[in-house]
Amino acid sequence: MRVKRYRVFDVGWDHDYFNDNTETNLNNKKVLAKVAAKSYLPTNTILLKLLENHPELSLTYSFSGILLEQLEKDFPEILDSFKKLINTGRVEVLSETYYHSLAFFYSRKEFERQVEMHKAKIKRVFGVTPKAFRNTELAYTNELAKWADEKGFTAILAEGWDSFLGWRSPNFVYKPKGTKKIKTLLKNYKLSDDIAFRFSEKSWSQWPLTADKFADWVSRINGNGQVVNLFMDYETFGEHQWEANGIFEFLRQLPTEILKHPDNNFLTVSEAAKAYPAMDEVDVPYIVTWADTERDLSAWVGNAIQTSAISLLYSLEKTILKANDPELTHDWRRLQTSDHFYYMCTKWFSDGDVHKYFNPYESPYDAFISFMNVVSDLKLRIEKKKQPQKSLNKKRKHIETSRNFPNSIGI
Amino acid sequence: MLGWELPPFNSGGLGEACFGLARALSKKGVQITFVLPKKLDVHMDFADLIFADVDEVAGNLAGAYTTNDSWSSLFPTNAFPPAQDYIGGALKFAEKMGLLAKRYKGSIDVVHAHDWLTYPAGMVAKRVLNKPLIAHVHATEFDRTGGHNPNPMVYAIEKKGFEIADKVLPVGGFMKDVLIEKYNVDQDKIQVVYNGIDDCRRDLAPVLTAFKELGYKVVLFLGRITLQKGPEYFVRAAKRILDYEPKTIFVVTGSGDMEGYMISEAARLGILDKFIFTGFLRGEERDQIYQAADLYVMPSVSEPFGITALEALVNKTPLLISKQSGVSEILKNALKVDFWDVEEMANKAVAVLKYSALKSDLQTEGQKEVRLYSWAKTADQVINVYNQVVH
Repeated sequence: MRVKRYRVFDVGWDHDYFNDNTETNLNNKKVLAKVAAKSYLPTNTILLKLLENHPELSLTYSFSGILLEQLEKDFPEILDSFKKLINTGRVEVLSETYYHSLAFFYSRKEFERQVEMHKAKIKRVFGVTPKAFRNTELAYTNELAKWADEKGFTAILAEGWDSFLGWRSPNFVYKPKGTKKIKTLLKNYKLSDDIAFRFSEKSWSQWPLTADKFADWVSRINGNGQVVNLFMDYETFGEHQWEANGIFEFLRQLPTEILKHPDNNFLTVSEAAKAYPAMDEVDVPYIVTWADTERDLSAWVGNAIQTSAISLLYSLEKTILKANDPELTHDWRRLQTSDHFYYMCTKWFSDGDVHKYFNPYESPYDAFISFMNVVSDLKLRIEKKKQPQKSLNKKRKHIETSRNFPNSIGI
Repeated sequence: MLGWELPPFNSGGLGEACFGLARALSKKGVQITFVLPKKLDVHMDFADLIFADVDEVAGNLAGAYTTNDSWSSLFPTNAFPPAQDYIGGALKFAEKMGLLAKRYKGSIDVVHAHDWLTYPAGMVAKRVLNKPLIAHVHATEFDRTGGHNPNPMVYAIEKKGFEIADKVLPVGGFMKDVLIEKYNVDQDKIQVVYNGIDDCRRDLAPVLTAFKELGYKVVLFLGRITLQKGPEYFVRAAKRILDYEPKTIFVVTGSGDMEGYMISEAARLGILDKFIFTGFLRGEERDQIYQAADLYVMPSVSEPFGITALEALVNKTPLLISKQSGVSEILKNALKVDFWDVEEMANKAVAVLKYSALKSDLQTEGQKEVRLYSWAKTADQVINVYNQVVH
């Protein structure tokens, strides 16, 4: 979900922040249409077929609420294809924040509200209730695990990052420090990134990656690990890695190749947490995410423009909620989506490439300017709301719902 | 190496660029004989500086940036030599070079000429010495005139220079296109070499403090006030900025044939009281102005490179530069805008004045980035070109 180019002159006049209709990648509907055609639809078709052909196969998805909103409004056929997958009964849906936000680190109450909203949405759309939790950008700490434990989640996902694992392997189930029942599943970033990042990389020594080669790598873990957690953006299939480079062929063959080895099987997140005892405790007192070489939040809140933008946004929490205006609140929450802050990242020279690839703005500074002007407008709307009625109830046309760049889905 | 001016006797970036490049080249072991057309009280301890004593025959030399039109409007009283004389000066330089070059036979490997004023001399030197010629292009006649009435003689000299030269080095990618389109220069002969900067920031005594204490923000225009630099867009953006940020002062540093226009345009828009004209500044005073500014705007209509952008970054001044500048091709941590898009220029300027985090990130990231564009790096590229042409 992207804020359109919004200038200082628009403040006070234009309250439709997400309705870009240009040919650029700020046009949310256009972007979702492209991703749906290139990735979601073909991938869903392949996976549904695979589920039919392989009774052993199971999968886990994570959808943000705003993605579902956008699909409901503009792409119901895509939503139907996701429903079909979930209706097989072998696809788990995870809990996350409705707005794909970093709220946990800024407002615990707002975070909880968004998790509740998400839960209701998943129930309404898919008829299931999530049992395991994954936070936006896989951002994880002991604190978060404790919260999820108290809320009764059976499992929580995290990056299997060396800084806290040390010599230990991500291929076991762990118990987060300070928790009672919950288990944590750690992403095997090496094998996940072999698919998500390196699949089409011709300079990679393992290129081309074939399903049998990959299945062989997975099978070698047998005897020294119990789970191999492959977490990645769903857009890996067809959008980040292109069909022309063979990603769909790879996906089609992967279950067969993996199941060739008798010790291998597939589990959803909750099934895996149930099937295996915690091998050890993991202690993550600081925030670990799945991004960049730092694996921290610096891609979202690493510079002054990012931190000032996110602090300003969360500082409005009280007044927004007090105004009790659903549209205002919805707009405020849609501005919390982590992508807005990602686009303001200035880590150009090391991790810069991947940021630039995903950035629909001309520069991080342009992203910041539009965002801050929008927040200025939001503040103005709160102010007006506080004033006596007459000045305010300007009739507004129905807000065109925006679309979110979708989220990651774990397999 | 042939130049026309050197600091402190420079009218703009050309002299700075020649000096910076020559110094960096010499540090890398290149021996430089730097030839200026006439005697100036300048020092170059790293190079052998010689003067061709053109003024014995030609009288005063015109500035490197003057065009025919601007010349006649600047000096209507004939107090200075007539318009044709800077062309005459360039030709005299060539004449003198014929004599000078003979003395250097055998000791020169490459002739490196900066801009058209030195091309005739460069061509002569190439012939006499029988050595390759590098034509460095800091501005073409199309940049100087904004495409309006380019002087046909100047164009002819430039074109001839590019033809004769073994390599042509424009200071930006946009200019490369101009060379191909307008001058038919063979693409393979062209190598873009961006300018650099070596200075590091010195914290200077603050200026404009009276305004600052009253809470005013300072937006700076610095450069020759000529068509090429887009002063009219600056004034129009100022009007829009003031609608949103009334406590803003616009400082104009530089001089040129559009200064009068700028003043009257600001007066017409009713914002002249928000303008300060400092005239041309150099050295420390110039750095002080940069440091006082909350934003440096470079709205150039056509800017082959735009070294002032790097100067601003060295002085920790946030940048808003036109996309029509060579420097915008390399800088990442700068705000960019089409020179004609006054609304967007105002939008971005207001954002810098309003959101302090934007200002501070542009400062810190810009300062980090500017270190990447040193003259040493440019010198490496130039040495690479030398090695290609020297056999």
